[in-house]
Amino acid sequence: MADTVVISGGTVALGDGSAPIPNGQVVITDGRVVAAGDIRMKLPAGTRVIDATGKWVTPGIVAGFSRLGLVDVDAVDQTNDTSSDGPFSAALDVATAINPNAAPVAINRAEGITRAVVAPSAGKSIFAGQGALIDTAADADPVTRARLFQYVELGEQGAGQAGGSRTAAHVLLRNALREAQQVAGGGGSSRADSGRSAGGAGSDPVIANPNESRSYEARRNQDVLLTRFDALALVPVVRGRQILAVHVERAADLRQVIALKREFPALRLVIVGADEGWTVASELAAANIPVIASALSDLPAQFENLAATQSNIGRMRAAGVRVAIGTVNDDESRMAFRARYYAGNLVGLTRVPRASGLSWGEALKAITSAPAEVLGLTDIGSLTPGKRGDVVIWNGDPLDNMSAAEMVMIDGVEQPLVTRQTRLRDRYRDLERGALPEAYRH
Amino acid sequence: MRGAIGVAFAALMVAGCATTGTGSKDDGTRVRIAEDPFPSTYQRYSGAPTLITGVTILDGEGGRIDNGQVYFADGKIQAVGQTVAAPAGAQVIDGTGKYVTPGVIDIHSHLGDYPSPGVAAHDDGNEATAPARPEVWAEHSVWPQDSGFSRALANGGITALQILPGSANLFGGRSVVLKNVPARTVQGMKMPGAPYGLKMACGENPKRVYGEKGGPATRMGNIAVTRQTWINARAYKRKWDEYEKNGGDPPDQDLAMDTLKGVLEGKILVQNHCYRADEMAQMIDLSKEAGYKISAFHHAVESYKIADLLRANGICAAMWADWYGFKMEAYDAIPENIAFVDRAGACAIVHSDDPNGIQRLNQEAAKAMAAGRRAGIPISEEHAWTWLGMNPAKALGIFDRVGSLKSGKDADVVLWNGNPFSTYTRPERVWIDGALMYDANNPKLRPVSDFELGQPGEGDVK
Repeated sequence: MADTVVISGGTVALGDGSAPIPNGQVVITDGRVVAAGDIRMKLPAGTRVIDATGKWVTPGIVAGFSRLGLVDVDAVDQTNDTSSDGPFSAALDVATAINPNAAPVAINRAEGITRAVVAPSAGKSIFAGQGALIDTAADADPVTRARLFQYVELGEQGAGQAGGSRTAAHVLLRNALREAQQVAGGGGSSRADSGRSAGGAGSDPVIANPNESRSYEARRNQDVLLTRFDALALVPVVRGRQILAVHVERAADLRQVIALKREFPALRLVIVGADEGWTVASELAAANIPVIASALSDLPAQFENLAATQSNIGRMRAAGVRVAIGTVNDDESRMAFRARYYAGNLVGLTRVPRASGLSWGEALKAITSAPAEVLGLTDIGSLTPGKRGDVVIWNGDPLDNMSAAEMVMIDGVEQPLVTRQTRLRDRYRDLERGALPEAYRH
Repeated sequence: MRGAIGVAFAALMVAGCATTGTGSKDDGTRVRIAEDPFPSTYQRYSGAPTLITGVTILDGEGGRIDNGQVYFADGKIQAVGQTVAAPAGAQVIDGTGKYVTPGVIDIHSHLGDYPSPGVAAHDDGNEATAPARPEVWAEHSVWPQDSGFSRALANGGITALQILPGSANLFGGRSVVLKNVPARTVQGMKMPGAPYGLKMACGENPKRVYGEKGGPATRMGNIAVTRQTWINARAYKRKWDEYEKNGGDPPDQDLAMDTLKGVLEGKILVQNHCYRADEMAQMIDLSKEAGYKISAFHHAVESYKIADLLRANGICAAMWADWYGFKMEAYDAIPENIAFVDRAGACAIVHSDDPNGIQRLNQEAAKAMAAGRRAGIPISEEHAWTWLGMNPAKALGIFDRVGSLKSGKDADVVLWNGNPFSTYTRPERVWIDGALMYDANNPKLRPVSDFELGQPGEGDVK
């Protein structure tokens, strides 16, 4: 077994919803999980064995919703690439802006976040653009999956962007999807999105990456509202080849999103937010629309989430909705690492009378394999064989905020855990005046 | 607007006339400034004499008793110990496997001033119309129906909190300390006898807000306006001191200057929003020049760089456990900040500044304690609780009343359903002045604000 690492002796949690396994083992070969759990493999001499006795081992945490890598300092505009006031909307592609050297990437990596779902935020349009899956590895190649989903604001924010009402947002949405259908049905060359064409080569004018300068002429009506780039970018959405992630919170808005599926059957919908999701949980489950929700939102912060409760995720889960935790409206450019505290809090809720939480295994799943599954990602999020080798060793229960990551592997590669914060900590560990100023302490 | 304030001034002047007998030349007609024109009407609710047994006690000032007992009655802590004497009629609660702490104090909250829902009509935290507005009082913006109060009670065990004006202004106005009880009026929440605070701010926020409104637009502008304002305040105080002493024509009353005079007299405590180490040092020098003491720096993300300076000047630092990077002056935040300040012997406080964070201040303390331990600093649970108990109480000038479980203090008590440093733990019961205000086991003991009545989710567990 070339390039094999074995993590042995720790409490192993697979991230698939199951309970943790004491004294387990995780085997990674060539960047992939080979086996994990209550197993013992015969290891060739020279295999690297990491003793995790007394520690916990989990898949890397997947930030279910974030803007990681798009921002260094939120309030410094030049470092903040989350949204645009420019002419384009749906065509915007976060993959072009991800900065693997941004301080928050390293800080979240050191906290055990190995992958992050990264969404743009909406500028002038209800369409924010295309989100990606990234890794947090200390290398030059952060994007795991570009253009994973299109992100659209309905609800209060979308209403504002559309001109002041939800009605306007819905007409804009429908208009845009129809323009996209029109573009898709138009002539032009066929640069099918590689290998995934449903309509067969020749009938599919969609290019894999609309930002590549290979756009083509399409016949369109005179009253188009979208730029050609934006219309093209929505073609994969109307064809069901790209997820449409819709941010809504209110029960009535959730029902409108469910209704979209009847109108546009090909849409692959994911709902982001859903603070009032528990009130329509059975409808969400019946429509088989998965949800990425904030875990602890419990204030009527706006009129669109009057029914917010920390029991939201537990109740949706109990009703059969596929739910992942994301930091929605919650310092999402920097604080994705809080996902595991939030998951832990949902475990704590199971001890509060009448509240609904998650079992420990389900809570870990909500921040590992659930975000992956919600977004149709098959190769991350758990320690089942064949998955990417994203593994974290913790000094204790990873859902308890007293614990910390001690080793982080991404694609089987051990990652540095040094951050600006650890450097500052070490520089100011003592304040004794030395022979040279603090600036000489490295 | 100005005219209306002028009328109010005049009315206050008349109302403020009173005899006090101080000053040899006071013939009884001396004008007095009303120091408490919006007095607290808070009255404790009734509670049963209660004995909690078999419980782990973190007393809030560094003490710990395992398998101990707490007895409270008549609104006060009566006894805390391994075993305590309690009358036969006392209600007994078996606390085995659970923890008791003093009620959590959040020194930095905007509940009521920035309530939920956060619509523009509720945006009442910053009187951002001039860089120095010490005449405004946060209590006049507090909406008692903010659902955030009940969430802080039920999920965070918050029993007392300071509501501050925002940080748009160099002088944001007066703060108010509340007991976390539902009430129809803010007066019904005001903690009797708690000193007022003055919210001051330095750094980016005033600069950003006033940069295009006539200034100040820079940090040097911030300091200049702040110093000049204190110079004016000292002159105002001199006038009133002279009048108090010798009579004559009363000086014109100025609400803004009244607040600053109160600070110079040590009656109002300065709560200073400030992030950077270098700026905190500037504010310390400035306070010495002006003649006041800073009670606490709030946010204080670079405290760890000057923890020795904070200790030497007896200034507390109220900090977050893990916030960082949201603006330039928060770029150097580190998770060890609280622990490093504490280790230096300075007064460390965990604060929220947030309607969500206030619901988990115990967990924030846990993160800070854990970060400190990982950095090699041994911090006990009982010591870490001083960050939520004794230290904020001291910085608010209310430690004689709250902040620790000592006999004679207000019976603000939280019974946690496990170790409160665990993410899995929640308050099981919360008492304020000995009255049971929240009980996880009793759906009727969960406040529902007027705003929530008749709305989706009303009365839910939240």
